[in-house]
Amino acid sequence: MFGLKADWSVDIKERYFALGDYAGGEARWCPGCGDHAVLTVVQRICRDNQLPPEMTVAVSGIGCSSRLPHYMGTYGFHGLHGRALPVACGIKSRRPELDVWVATGDGDCYSIGAGHWLHAVRYNMNMTVLVFDNNIYGLTKKQTSPTTPLGFKSNTHPQGAILAPLNPLTATLGISNVSFLAQTVDWNPAHLYATIKAAHAHKGFSLVNIIQRCPVFSEQLSKDLQDNPSKLLLLTHENGIPIEEKLLRFFPNTQEHDPSNMSEAYDIATNLSPAPIGLLYHDPEVPCYEELSSMGNNMGVEDKLAGINAALDQFAV
Amino acid sequence: MSKTKQAVRIDEHIIEIVSDSGEGAQKAGQTFGTISAKMGNGVWTVEIIPAEIKPPARSPAGASGIRIRLGSHYITNMGNAADIVVALNEQVLYSRIATHAYKRGTVVLLENKWLTDPNPEIIKQYQSAVAEFRENGLVVLEVPMEVECLKLTPRPRLGKNMFVLGMLNHIYSRDMEKAYREVAFTFQRKGQKVIDLNHKLLQAGYDFAKENIDYHYDIPLWREPDSKDPLIVTNGNQAMGLGVMASGMDLVSMYPITPATSASHYLADVYHQVGGFVHQAEDEIAAVGFAIGSSYAGKTACTITSGPGLALKTEFIALAVMAEIPLVIGVVQRGGPSTGLPTKVEQGDLLASLYGEPGDAPKIVIAASTIEECFHFVIMARKLAETFRTPVILLTDANLGTGVQPYPRPDAKAEWLAAPIDQSPWEKDVPPFDWNEETGLSSRPIVGQPGGEFVLTGLAHTKQSKVAYDRDSNQRGCNMRSRKLAALYGTLKAPEIHGESEGDILVVGWGSTLGAIEEAVDQLQNEGHKVSSIHLRFLSPLEPGLKEIFSKFKNILTIEINYSDEADAPLITSGNRRYTQLAMILRAQTLVDVDCWSNVHGQPIQPGLIYDELIRRLKN
Ligand SMILES: Cc1ncc(C[n+]2csc(CCOP(=O)(O)OP(=O)(O)O)c2C)c(N)n1
Ligand SMILES: [Mg+2]
Repeated sequence: MFGLKADWSVDIKERYFALGDYAGGEARWCPGCGDHAVLTVVQRICRDNQLPPEMTVAVSGIGCSSRLPHYMGTYGFHGLHGRALPVACGIKSRRPELDVWVATGDGDCYSIGAGHWLHAVRYNMNMTVLVFDNNIYGLTKKQTSPTTPLGFKSNTHPQGAILAPLNPLTATLGISNVSFLAQTVDWNPAHLYATIKAAHAHKGFSLVNIIQRCPVFSEQLSKDLQDNPSKLLLLTHENGIPIEEKLLRFFPNTQEHDPSNMSEAYDIATNLSPAPIGLLYHDPEVPCYEELSSMGNNMGVEDKLAGINAALDQFAV
Repeated sequence: MSKTKQAVRIDEHIIEIVSDSGEGAQKAGQTFGTISAKMGNGVWTVEIIPAEIKPPARSPAGASGIRIRLGSHYITNMGNAADIVVALNEQVLYSRIATHAYKRGTVVLLENKWLTDPNPEIIKQYQSAVAEFRENGLVVLEVPMEVECLKLTPRPRLGKNMFVLGMLNHIYSRDMEKAYREVAFTFQRKGQKVIDLNHKLLQAGYDFAKENIDYHYDIPLWREPDSKDPLIVTNGNQAMGLGVMASGMDLVSMYPITPATSASHYLADVYHQVGGFVHQAEDEIAAVGFAIGSSYAGKTACTITSGPGLALKTEFIALAVMAEIPLVIGVVQRGGPSTGLPTKVEQGDLLASLYGEPGDAPKIVIAASTIEECFHFVIMARKLAETFRTPVILLTDANLGTGVQPYPRPDAKAEWLAAPIDQSPWEKDVPPFDWNEETGLSSRPIVGQPGGEFVLTGLAHTKQSKVAYDRDSNQRGCNMRSRKLAALYGTLKAPEIHGESEGDILVVGWGSTLGAIEEAVDQLQNEGHKVSSIHLRFLSPLEPGLKEIFSKFKNILTIEINYSDEADAPLITSGNRRYTQLAMILRAQTLVDVDCWSNVHGQPIQPGLIYDELIRRLKN
């Protein structure tokens, strides 16, 4: 933890953050729930990037997955069902220096919070958004979610889901200002890590749809993918999610895909099966809303008083 | 008609300009009001707004315009019947007549171009209306405005308002130099050509009135035109916007809704001058969520809305109560329920503000009763929100929001501004809700403070902000949040009594009715009646001393602009009568048999109607 600065003085990093610094309360998810894996990866990335815990905020909605902030050692905001994104955007608006993470579910983000999802993509504020997509409402015990496959039986549709599922990937790609979209699975730690790491490194709104195991309410769905890796399509590219050579053998299907190619991304995303895994789309050049919203952030008292007086002058009699 | 005549000295007058929408009546009236305020008259203006953007032409429902009350004293409300009305067609007058805006003797300066309209139906309508108005006592003067304006512009519809302004300027002996300056200011963005044309129309109207109109008045000034104590002239929404700036708030997060939006329009124009930002969110839920996010991160924020928007924000407001997040919510009330009367006044959101959330959600609710208070109360609201770590709802209404009045120029102060955020280390063993047992107060860690890391949650929680699984924690959290209101109550003063501290009737009001109530009460007191009034600014907690004040009066009566059953209406008994919103609260809190009188016509209550009602009650 030493570094030589330009003036030859030694820069001793006074603080080193260990994994434990990012740990909060003990996670209360069910055994076998994919959320555990995501939490671990998020904590590792925080550690690997040495994010100061006090400058890091984990924001969530309501749902099993939205419990994540409670298990982090950073600041956290466990808010309302569907409303994680407006809160996260508000946090970022005047404090762009904060590192903002969002944990949300397929119901939280794509159903009740759908309007905010669309618009948050447009705002393109710099944050890492993890959608825990278990194709079901977990916390409220097995209701159909927007991503539940047609025919899948739930407590609200005991005869099977009656609507074709919403495709969050094509929907996201259709929104102006989309700048980072990836998909991964919770049971491949290396790919999960690499994907979230790339999402965090992106300056802008990075949305990662994480296909997530719910061993209690939708186990068949993820099990099917785990047992049949041919139902996944690994996207590879030098600008995509880096993956070690030895992991490739887990993926019988791969496709070279340049993440800057929107129309190809859209074609790939259109197919629900095999489900694409990797970086679908990336545009590092999209402007971030906080560059506008934080303008004037540090204006001094004198300038503010002058500004108020100028405003009052307009109405002077 | 005679030529130059002596101006008649009057104490005050009420003037209206009414037209189809899009004819510039409001611009003319606002300019007239500004000129008058700058000259040193007392002024109140209030807009007459149709609910639709483009209502059909020449329809009573489409009446659009403005009322200006001018006086040689400080004016606090829109007054009773108008003295002079300028109307650009006869149909729009019908809706004003229906709201008792005029009396016998009200002078109507009526555009007469309809008399030569190619459509015989219109000619008939015009003639029969004029006859009817005259029969009912209006003094109708038919004025060839179109003809006169055509001498200067081929498109008189766009310039007639300045001709009208010119006429009024002569009738009321206005300072034309000031008028020229105001008109130039109004059109500054449109270029010199437009300014020149409007100046010509203004002068033409002035000259026309001088030659052809007998009415000519002089209203003594209320104060010296260039007095040392400076004034500003704004409407209530601009005042609120100025208050936002002067309070040092960082952010306004809003979604457009009438009649609140113009506050944000104003801020969008000038907020950068103080480094602030207006965020237009995708909906009201996002608007309040965004403000809460900003506030949680230590940057003070507010959201400004009206009834339907308030309804959408309730879940987040409850979160702000539960998790003790400072937040200012400005509510410019309009008529409800549902989409209701979007452009009209009501005081119908008091109970929604107090009790709109499921569960117990104690919060501070205050109401501005003057345009000046729309400014100062924003500053107070921000301070209260931060000191008490709670949302504060600031109620105003369409009457205040669009009413224009001169008032003392605020002297912006550094201490009004929000303090810079604290980023010093937080003592690790101090919990995020370190509730003071007596007051419920605690200070909060701000993101960035090392050692203060905690997870804010809307779930019932302990003082560590940990999700509570035990039976006592929720009870305790509720106690602590409620206690903050009791602590604030302890710092409030009893309301000042307007008039004697004992008598036959005590009128209790809140919000924009202040001026009208006091004007009516003053008149009754001058006539020897034992009537007084109080006006509440704090609705939650209520101001102290009410029970004692009430005990000195035979009858307590609230006057409000929200619905109540009339006591003698069919089927209504003391068992089922529904009271006005403030009356309900006062009855519950004081156990005094508080009565109420209200209507929901969507109009500011005229002082004359209050006077009549109080006389009726005094006689019974
Ligand atoms: C306004 C509101 N409506 C409904 C709920 C109930 N609710 C809580 S979580 C949830 C669904 C959670 O599903 P998802 O977002 O997929 O998260 P998961 O539990 O599967 O991780 C619902 C309907 C609520 N808390 N608030
Ligand atoms: Mg789910």
